[in-house]
Amino acid sequence: MSEKNLMQKIADSNKSVISGVDDLDIELWIKIYFLGREYRVPAGLTIMQALEYAGYFLTRSCGCRAGFCGACSTVYRIKGEYKLQFAMACQAEAMDGMYLVQLPFAPAEKRVYSLDHEEYSANTLLKYYPEIARCLSCNTCTKSCPQGIEVMDYINAALRGDYKQVAELSFDCIQCGLCAIRCPADIVHYNVAQLARRLYGKYGMPQVKNLNERATEIEEGVYQGEFDHLVALSNDELKKLYVEQQKNKEVY
Amino acid sequence: MAINLSREIVHSLEREKIKEIGNTNFYLCYQCGNCSAGCPCAEEMDILPHRAVRLAQLGQFSRLIESKAIWVCAACITCSVRCPRGVDIAGFMEACRQIVLRTRKVDHLSPVELDAQLLKELPQIALINNFRKFTG
Amino acid sequence: MEISYYPGCSLKTSAINFERTALSTLEELGIYALELPRWNCCGVMFSQSADNLMLQLAPARVIMEARETGRKRLLTLCSMCYNTLKRSLLFFKRNGEKLKKINAFLKLEERDFSAEGVEVIHLLTLLSELDTSNFKMKIKKIKSNLKVASYYGCLLTRPREIALDGVENPQIMEKLLEIAGFQTVNYPFKTDCCASFQVVNRRNVVKKQIRKIVTSAVRNGAEIFALSCPLCEYNLDSVQQELAQEDETFTPIPVLYISQLLSLALGQDPKLNDFSLHRIDPRPLFKEKGLL
Ligand code: SF4
Ligand code: SF4
Ligand code: SF4
Ligand code: SF4
Ligand code: FES
Repeated sequence: MSEKNLMQKIADSNKSVISGVDDLDIELWIKIYFLGREYRVPAGLTIMQALEYAGYFLTRSCGCRAGFCGACSTVYRIKGEYKLQFAMACQAEAMDGMYLVQLPFAPAEKRVYSLDHEEYSANTLLKYYPEIARCLSCNTCTKSCPQGIEVMDYINAALRGDYKQVAELSFDCIQCGLCAIRCPADIVHYNVAQLARRLYGKYGMPQVKNLNERATEIEEGVYQGEFDHLVALSNDELKKLYVEQQKNKEVY
Repeated sequence: MAINLSREIVHSLEREKIKEIGNTNFYLCYQCGNCSAGCPCAEEMDILPHRAVRLAQLGQFSRLIESKAIWVCAACITCSVRCPRGVDIAGFMEACRQIVLRTRKVDHLSPVELDAQLLKELPQIALINNFRKFTG
Repeated sequence: MEISYYPGCSLKTSAINFERTALSTLEELGIYALELPRWNCCGVMFSQSADNLMLQLAPARVIMEARETGRKRLLTLCSMCYNTLKRSLLFFKRNGEKLKKINAFLKLEERDFSAEGVEVIHLLTLLSELDTSNFKMKIKKIKSNLKVASYYGCLLTRPREIALDGVENPQIMEKLLEIAGFQTVNYPFKTDCCASFQVVNRRNVVKKQIRKIVTSAVRNGAEIFALSCPLCEYNLDSVQQELAQEDETFTPIPVLYISQLLSLALGQDPKLNDFSLHRIDPRPLFKEKGLL
């Protein structure tokens, strides 16, 4: 290896693993404060990347990194502002003067129910989660939701047994728990919404003919041969098949 | 029951707090008993409304917070509209409940322990109203 | 005429027959009630803790929604919603300081809350404002000799400042029922409390009250109750049924929302009433009286 190549390699490995850019080339830096300590990090990273840049190895509060799993709930304030704010660390950009902490877990109770034996009536949600009747309509939950969901509205819909509205309003919920941590009425919103969506899916939603037909076909084993074939394939064969399929995929 | 009328007890902080939370000057009460006469829940109470007011005037707050009366009150406002001295006894009762809920942090009833069948048939407004009165 | 309408939680569930018959009665009389596009529970009972503004947020939000429709009047059917919204409106009219505080809290939502420009009105008041002769003309089942006891409960007439009629002896329901051709009875407990939310954990208090109220009404000739509160309805209906099971000398009588009776008198489709929601079935009585 020539000397130049070697130097290049060293420089490369010194580059930030996160940003892919040499620290010396970064012009814009911000300061964030994690658990009370100050860190200087490149601007433009997500909160999660910024924490990793700062040297943290995240084993909790981190999952899909794609805004779906709800593991990375983050609470922060910006220096000089009074408002407490909420974000998903994998999605939101780290900002200068952010005081932040991640919420690894929201203590919550999920009641035990059996969908098959439940009545699809107005008070079923109240039966399992009577505390929704304590809601004060303060709107704190809505303000805390990083998904921009009208949480207060779906709790109100739940109170009056409007399953369709709960299901539709709460559809984007990723169960991050931020609403439940903030609610003065101690409601665990996402569990209420989950029960409502399940009941709505089972009893309320219009049945789709094609879907039912396909489900029956699957149950009857029409596709069993193809499944068995796939399961028997080796890793390499599967990869090849996947690449082929991606190439031919319809673009919507 | 003996009543302690020491200066500290009579001039207790709670006395002023009731006035503030209940937004009513219950020192005006002259013990006519109108409130108790019309109270639909009086029969179930251990301390009648006008006596509860008198106890508060004398700073006997510990008697009030231990009482059943403040939880039996149905907030019907009958007493308040009939009081010749303009005391809002319903507000007074609420203030007593609130002080207990706020300072002791123990709810008077637990929503999740209610009977499931009852929860299914009660109108929403019964539960909402009840929880607002009995849970903090 | 169009009017904004706030239903409240129970009108969409246990009291759906109240909503249906009230709206259809109004329509027949030329009033179109337009439900607020977005609404939350009003909190059911006006907050009695003077210092806790959090409890004022729920009614405040409803008032805001009503203001945003641009229509002045907001109609309620449920007595409890009426009481809460009307008192809250009054509270903010009288307390400029508190209004400011609420606005500061709502600042981030970018909404402007004010107590001006809205008026909360109950179904009974709205109906009694109407032209009586027009109302009478529309009545189809004239002169039913059904004897009705009006039950006001607490929240239509207390406290005094929001009472929609006299505090101790209101007549507004009786007048409407008489226009519609019903007979009314006098009894002393029409504004007595049914013990309300105590039904959740002290059913015996409610039972004692219901026994007293029903016995007195029946002794004065009542065959049926008319009311406008979904909680009174539940208490009277379910507790009477229970009393009748325990004691055969107790005679339960059916409990109806006043709009159910008006809708029947107007000759509207009885299906609007959904009689299956009643524990004490009123149908036999209605058949006997020629109303069905
Ligand atoms: S935070 Fe809780 S009390 Fe406030 S609106 Fe949401 S559910 Fe209701
Ligand atoms: S509704 Fe609650 S749990 Fe769901 S995404 Fe919003 S804040 Fe998270
Ligand atoms: S508000 Fe309470 S104390 Fe007053 S009359 Fe009603 S039940 Fe009795
Ligand atoms: S009615 Fe008023 S003055 Fe009379 S005893 Fe009751 S609180 Fe006192
Ligand atoms: S890590 Fe899954 S949502 Fe952020």
